[in-house]
Parts: sequence; C-alpha cells; structure tokens
Amino acid sequence: MDSFKKITSIVTPLDKVNVDTDQIVPKQFLKLVQKSGFGKFLFFNWRYDEQENKKSDFILNNPKYENSQILVAGDNFGCGSSREHAVWALLDYGFAVIIAPSFADIFFSNCFKNGVLPIILDQKIVEKLLEETGMLEVDLENQIIKTSSSEISFEIDSYRKKILLEGLDDISITFQYEDKISDFEKQSKIPSVL
Amino acid sequence: MGKTLFEKIWESHIVVEKQNNPTLIYIDRHLVHEVTSPQAFEGLRMNNRKVRRPDLTIATMDHNVPTTDRSLPILDQTSSVQIKTLETKCKDFGIKLFDIDSPNQGIVHVIGPQLGITLPGSTIVCGDRHTSTHGAFGALALGIGTSDVEHVLASQTMWLEKPKPFEIRVEGKRKNPHAVTAKDIVLSIIKNIGTGGGTGTVIEYRGEGITDLSMEQRMTICNMSIEAGARAGLIAPDEKTFDYLRDREYTPKNYESLVDSWKGNLKTDSDAKFDKEFTLHIDDIAPQVSWGTNPGMTCNVTDSIPSPDEFSNGDSNQKKGAEKALEYMALEPGTLVEDIKIDRVFIGSCTNARLEDLIEASKVIKGQKISPHVQAMVVPGSQMVKKQAEEMGLDKIFINANFEWRESGCSMCLGMNPDILSPGERCASTSNRNFEGRQGTGGRTHLVSPVMAAAAAIHGHFVDVRKMDLN
Repeated sequence: MDSFKKITSIVTPLDKVNVDTDQIVPKQFLKLVQKSGFGKFLFFNWRYDEQENKKSDFILNNPKYENSQILVAGDNFGCGSSREHAVWALLDYGFAVIIAPSFADIFFSNCFKNGVLPIILDQKIVEKLLEETGMLEVDLENQIIKTSSSEISFEIDSYRKKILLEGLDDISITFQYEDKISDFEKQSKIPSVL
Repeated sequence: MGKTLFEKIWESHIVVEKQNNPTLIYIDRHLVHEVTSPQAFEGLRMNNRKVRRPDLTIATMDHNVPTTDRSLPILDQTSSVQIKTLETKCKDFGIKLFDIDSPNQGIVHVIGPQLGITLPGSTIVCGDRHTSTHGAFGALALGIGTSDVEHVLASQTMWLEKPKPFEIRVEGKRKNPHAVTAKDIVLSIIKNIGTGGGTGTVIEYRGEGITDLSMEQRMTICNMSIEAGARAGLIAPDEKTFDYLRDREYTPKNYESLVDSWKGNLKTDSDAKFDKEFTLHIDDIAPQVSWGTNPGMTCNVTDSIPSPDEFSNGDSNQKKGAEKALEYMALEPGTLVEDIKIDRVFIGSCTNARLEDLIEASKVIKGQKISPHVQAMVVPGSQMVKKQAEEMGLDKIFINANFEWRESGCSMCLGMNPDILSPGERCASTSNRNFEGRQGTGGRTHLVSPVMAAAAAIHGHFVDVRKMDLN
C-alpha cells in the first residue's frame, strides 16, 4: 500500500445523507475479480441515465471537480454492505479523503485498509464545507485541514494514522504475533469444521 | 462487575491486546463466498501466503448463482468468472467448497447453522454484513470486508475495535404469532432506533419476546441487526439452540461436552452493564411494511404513508431523506399502505427463506391463486431447505398458486443474478434492504414478512394478515 501524503485538492460536495454502498457501486458491477477498475462505476446510477449518458445535474459530472481527491458528504456515509468495492471505487476514481459527520463502521475501517482517509467532522463544519466548495489541504501528519480562511483539526486513532502514513500492510504486522496465535490455538476448545 | 455475553465471547478470543489499539481476535469459523473473496485470494497469491486454517474455512457460492435450471450454462460471463474463480481458489488453497451442484449449496448464512458449522460462543466471520444472522446461536458473528477476508485467511485472526454492548429487550407474548412475526419485531426495532441506532455496538436481544422465538425466527432478528447499524446481534443460547445444532452433518463429535461447557457460561451476568438499552413491547407491534429507501422507513400495515414532516420530527436531514425516498418510491403521504398495489413478490434471502418461513407463507397461499397482475417467486435459502419443502409438498402449493419455485441463492435480494425488478416495478419482498436500485435499477422494494408477502401476492396489494386465519 502507498504511504499517505499531504493532499491539496478542490473538494467535491456531495450533499446527501445515508449514501449507501449500493449507491457508491451498484451491485451489477461487483463481479470483477481484481481490485482496480471500479472507478468508472462510482455512483453509476447518479452519474449516468438509462442510456448511459452523463447526467449534467450530478456533482461528479461538473468539470470543476474532475480532479478532486476530497469528497465531503452527509451523515452515515458508506452504510449498507461490507463489500470493499465501495472503497476501491472511490480510490480508483481518485478520492483519497472522505469527510462526513459520521460513517458506517465497516466502511470506515475498510478505508484504512486501502489507504483512504475518512475524517469525521462536526455537522456544522461539514455543512460549511459543503457550501464553500473551495480548495482544501489535508495534512494527516499534523491532523489539520486548511481551507482558504481557516484551519480545522481532526481526530484519528494513532494506530490507524501510523498505518496510513507508513503504508503498512495489516497482515505483516499480524505475522509478528505468530507465536501468540499458535499459543491461542493450542488452548482453543472450538473444534475444526471438518 | 458482571459481564455481558458479548464481552465473555470477546475476552475468550483475545490473541493480542494493547491499549489504544485495536485488539487481535481469533476467528473460529470463516465462511467464504464468490463476491468478496476473489481479491483476497489474489492478495494471498501475490504475497506468496497460504490459508492458515483451511479446516476452519468453508466456502459456497450464493450471491450471483442462477436460480433457474442449473444444468444450463451460466449466461452472465462475469458471474461465471466469479463462480469459476472461487472453484479454482478453493482447490488451490485446500478449502472445502459446497459448489453449485452440491446438495449443501445455499445462502451462506442459511447453510452455516443448517450444517452445524455455526456454534455458540464462537467467533464467525464472512465477507457479508448479514453474517450477524449466526448471532442467533450465541456466536459473535461479524461481516467483514475483503481486506479482512484476506487477513483471516492468512492469519485466522483480525484486528477489531471493541464494540459496545447494547441491550434490546422485547417484552410480552405475541397474541397472534403467525401474523406478527420475527420480521415485524426487527423492523419495528429499526423503525424506533433508526438505521444508525446500533452503530458501534453489538446488540444482545433479550426478554420473553425473544426467548419465545424459534431458532429460525431468532435468525431473522439477528440478521437485520446490521440494518440498525450494529456490528453484530446475538441471543444467548438455550435448549432450543442446542437442539437445533444437534446431529447436523458437521456437528462436532464432542458436541455434548461442548453443550455442557456452554450451559451456564454463555449468558449475560445479572449485574452486567450495557452501554445502551432499548425496550419494545410486543403488544405494540403490528405487521410492518417499509415505505421508503432504508429499513428504518417502515410503518404498520394499518398506517398511511407519513409526510416527510411527520417522519423527520424536526430533523432537516431526515426530512430531505424522506422526500427523496417518497419520490423514488412514487408514493404520496396519506396513502393507506393497504391501498398500495404491487407488481412482484419475492420470498427469499438470508433473512426469510428458511423452512419455517416457507411453511408460514404456504398457509396463506394454499388453495388460492396469486393476483393476475402479480409475478411471484420463492427462492429457498438453501438446496436443503428446498428439498425439505418439497418433501412436505410446499412446492406444489406455491406452484399451484402460480408462484415460481426456484433453486437456492441470494437472488432478487440484491439482484446480482438475472432475478431483478424492472424500473418502476413495485415488489413485496421478504429480504432485508430497500435501498434505491437494490433489487434492480428503478425497482421499488417494500420489506415485509413471508406471510405479508404471500398475502400481498394473493390480493395484489398489502393486507393486514391479522385478519386472516393462519392457524
């Protein structure tokens, strides 16, 4: 996984609550067997009409936001399924930071496993970001978001911050505890399935 | 201070615990299906890793299998690739697979308990949120993403933030248990606490209204815990639990000694504390029908569609959500739910496609025909459920009523196979999610119980099943 760098980008305002994983990637596109290539299906039913023409009223189709790496949305972003395809689609499309007042918990942890930074901010601040839609600088190291007029600090679990900054792979971290896993298995009473 | 059932299971599975870090938890059972696993196997291969415990891992294909004649080739190329990928990977990594032709194939959350793979006090994961279903047996059962699928395959463990215990009590005894079902109980709970009400928690369902339920009904309740945002849901095991799992194909050989160790241990201590509590009285529950685009947007069958103002209770975001939902669902506030006409009926999914669900629905259908403008299908939760139902003659009851009787799979619950709604079609569905486009782009889903779905099929619109003789 790539390490997370400081990001400066225009922010894409998605003023919707409860954006669910079926809306992020409709399930007809979940059948790929790789992790890449999902970006073109991101928000598919909102981006395209039935003839697959771009819908001009959807925010992602506004050329202004074409290279945006920061998405701001309403409450409970990423609710729905545990499918990681939602994060892969956001990442493949180009988003590296998602800001919302709250996230669905599996989506939230899936972000960190793929190098995407989800940031929880107060509802009022999010509303302001949704309105202003300017450039933002996201500095994970110092846990600060800079807008043209202000600086907003954000919270992040120290372990998760380290994982993102160093681009660590969860599995190799776990393998350092191999002896503990083996010890656990020796005393476990739950039998094999087969 | 005493401990909750969840805390006891959690503590007995800790491998590594450090302050201010997630905890490394051991996983006793890993269930694998074709949609969330290919990229995980790919990751293992790229890093030259193997599956640590193939003997604790079971795979089947359910999400995009066709529910029509299985002797025919699969027409959808990408589905076919995913199904073949799972076959190959299971062979490569030595994992037991119930493939499309196996008598044990079925929705992963239906076959786990049915085969005795699900066990009380265990930790179970699967790359699917409805893994919470297995919590009905007093297991800590969690839905996970593909990275964690890879992590569990490689290490049989996963890093988890400890959720908080949430007690939901269902008090009282149902007067009409055939009409007011487990589905109505859980939809009522979600309606009350909201789709984010359980976020960050593991729900333990308690009270007479829960212990009275059969195992299959308890599974319906735990299945939908995650629709309230919870990480998992569980119910303390009792004699019903132990009886259900006895003598199944994969029930452990030392089962009786395991049962002895579970009795007395797998329950919440009387002085344990929950972080959150909610109580529902069973007398207050009517058959439920969802009207919007999330499972919290639900009302009684006897109600009329609420106005966004009424629904939102002053919250502007909720109001916006309700307006958008009503527009998508093409419904006007004030319309009686019983006046809503439907086009399709789907009886299936990991929520409501077990034998008991089909038996209950068949009582409504028996000797009748579905409304001429309705198209209806039954998709049993597993091939074993299908066989048992056929042995009881249920297939004939459904077929004589003009239902389609299909092979098992997830089917129209999420429409990854050809079973989908056309744009604008309105469906009474026993599944778990009424999201926009879930059952097909532009499709409109109303979540209901199996008896409510069956009655809607007959009448062509929703009806209050309490008025029917269901005994």
